[in-house]
Amino acid sequence: MTLLRARIMLLCACLCLSQALRAELTIEITKGQGEAVPVAIVPFGWDGPGPKPYEIARVVSSDLARSGRFAPIAEKDMLQKPTAVADIDFGDWRIIDTEVVVIGRITPAGVGRYQMEFRVFDVFRGEQLLGYRLSSDTAGMRGAAHKISDLIYEKLTGIRGVASTRVAYVSVRGDRLKPTYRLIVADADGENATTLMESRQPIMSPAWSPDGRKLAYVSFENGQSQVFVQELRTGARRRVSARKGVNSAPTWSPDGRRLALTLSKGDGNLDIYLLEISNQVLTRLTNWPSIETEPSWSKDGSEVFFTSDRSGGPQVYKVSAKGGNPKRVTFEGGYNARPRVSPDGTKVAVVHNDRGNYRIAVVDVERAYTQVLTEGSLDESPAFAPNGEMLIYASRAGGRGVLSTVSVDGRFEQRLAAEEGEIREPAWSPFPIN
Amino acid sequence: MKIFKLLVPALFLVVAGCSSKGGLSTDGMGTDGMGTDDGASTYGTIDGADGSATPIGDDRDAIVMNDRIIYFAFDSAELDDASIELLRQHGRYLADNPGEKVRLEGHTDERGSREYNIGLGERRAVSVQSVLLVQGAAVNQLATVSFGEERPAALGSDETAYGQNRRVEIVYER
Repeated sequence: MTLLRARIMLLCACLCLSQALRAELTIEITKGQGEAVPVAIVPFGWDGPGPKPYEIARVVSSDLARSGRFAPIAEKDMLQKPTAVADIDFGDWRIIDTEVVVIGRITPAGVGRYQMEFRVFDVFRGEQLLGYRLSSDTAGMRGAAHKISDLIYEKLTGIRGVASTRVAYVSVRGDRLKPTYRLIVADADGENATTLMESRQPIMSPAWSPDGRKLAYVSFENGQSQVFVQELRTGARRRVSARKGVNSAPTWSPDGRRLALTLSKGDGNLDIYLLEISNQVLTRLTNWPSIETEPSWSKDGSEVFFTSDRSGGPQVYKVSAKGGNPKRVTFEGGYNARPRVSPDGTKVAVVHNDRGNYRIAVVDVERAYTQVLTEGSLDESPAFAPNGEMLIYASRAGGRGVLSTVSVDGRFEQRLAAEEGEIREPAWSPFPIN
Repeated sequence: MKIFKLLVPALFLVVAGCSSKGGLSTDGMGTDGMGTDDGASTYGTIDGADGSATPIGDDRDAIVMNDRIIYFAFDSAELDDASIELLRQHGRYLADNPGEKVRLEGHTDERGSREYNIGLGERRAVSVQSVLLVQGAAVNQLATVSFGEERPAALGSDETAYGQNRRVEIVYER
């Protein structure tokens, strides 16, 4: 497809790239965790004239709180607010049982530019654990704050943080029987929500490319399901599969060159195919009269997990990406669908029917052991955070579609709701490429 | 399930004609999609008419006009006897009227995984298609599309709504 054609398609589909439809999300912690480490992110000092350009500490505090691993103390409970090492009185922090203190300063570094430095201290030892200096322009301050959160998180847990990642999802607003569908990408904290695509016909199944620069998704804008790939930065997009019948459930191979997707080829039999994106070469991966759909790649790209109801109800199977005989992965319960392989490859997240309730479960790939993580009745679309510590999924609250995150141990949960309408089908971005 | 059939005629709206016939229209990408209102099937307007349809003809035509939704049990694409009888009428009508084309839109209730439900909706549409073919409808008169759970006919998370949503709509594309 030529670029011009792609442009026209963009216009026709009413794409509102980067428009100010800021479908702001509210985040609410719905299930706490007892062992969260008490930390203090002291408001950063400001060495320049006028008001402080950005409240870095506020963003870092909320990032760390959302991880579920840390309990940042409120600013009003701080006995002191040091901005330099010499001003820290570790005794004051021990009194209020704070284990980690973060201090920092912002300094002007030319017109519209700033330098930020921060230090992380172990209160009980009175030792510095980490110190960094970053620079940014005004627009980049929030991103810099997320980066600081990730550096702190990684230092304290040994696990890479996800504060700098993003989430794609589908928003559904307006008349509930004739709504408007939007494909939205937002920061992991719900901010900077940007609409990539808008349609009066359903949009489904957003999937991130491994480099985080593109999304594949399903759109019914032409009256049937078709698969599109869209670049986030430019908004340019391509229709990559519009074969007869179902074109659905795209996911990217780890090398970004292929999509696994579901086609019915017009005969009503859904099977999984691999599509080479650059040259449209199509390889059939499954061939069975039952429903085969919802492919998910293993991290090394050697296997594809998928849903099949060849045994009667939907269960998860895996097959070599080169083809061959599928092997069943899930055995507990009569309904296990929509697998997503964890970043370390040891687990798959599924939609699991738990005594009549559809819930998110993780299944150990080797031992087939199932652990139900959520408590809703219509939970669906689980997606792992790129560090594997959390899952985001779609659920219902007050009859409305919301997104929730849950830690992989099921102990920490929070909810993201749009101000208006429903949000669903979340997909967590890969780590940003530095 | 009979109850729902009685409700069906009330759901139908007469919508002014489709600008393009089937397939992948290039003009279908605006806010109106296929050019018809979602969920409401289109039929019965004469090109250039003022929008009021006048269904006439024998009983069979009336059935074709008014009874065009097939309902299903949970997680099933099986047709009950009443559905098969209704589909026979549609199949014979299509065989007698080779110029007619229908789109078979498969739907599910909201439970379970969305993409798996696309598969279930397709299976339902194909199940309906196979009866129509047996009755003499031609392959090129029939197209299937699955919307899974994306286009409910009724809102709500109860069996009443679910029962109305597990369906195939037979949409005459005139």
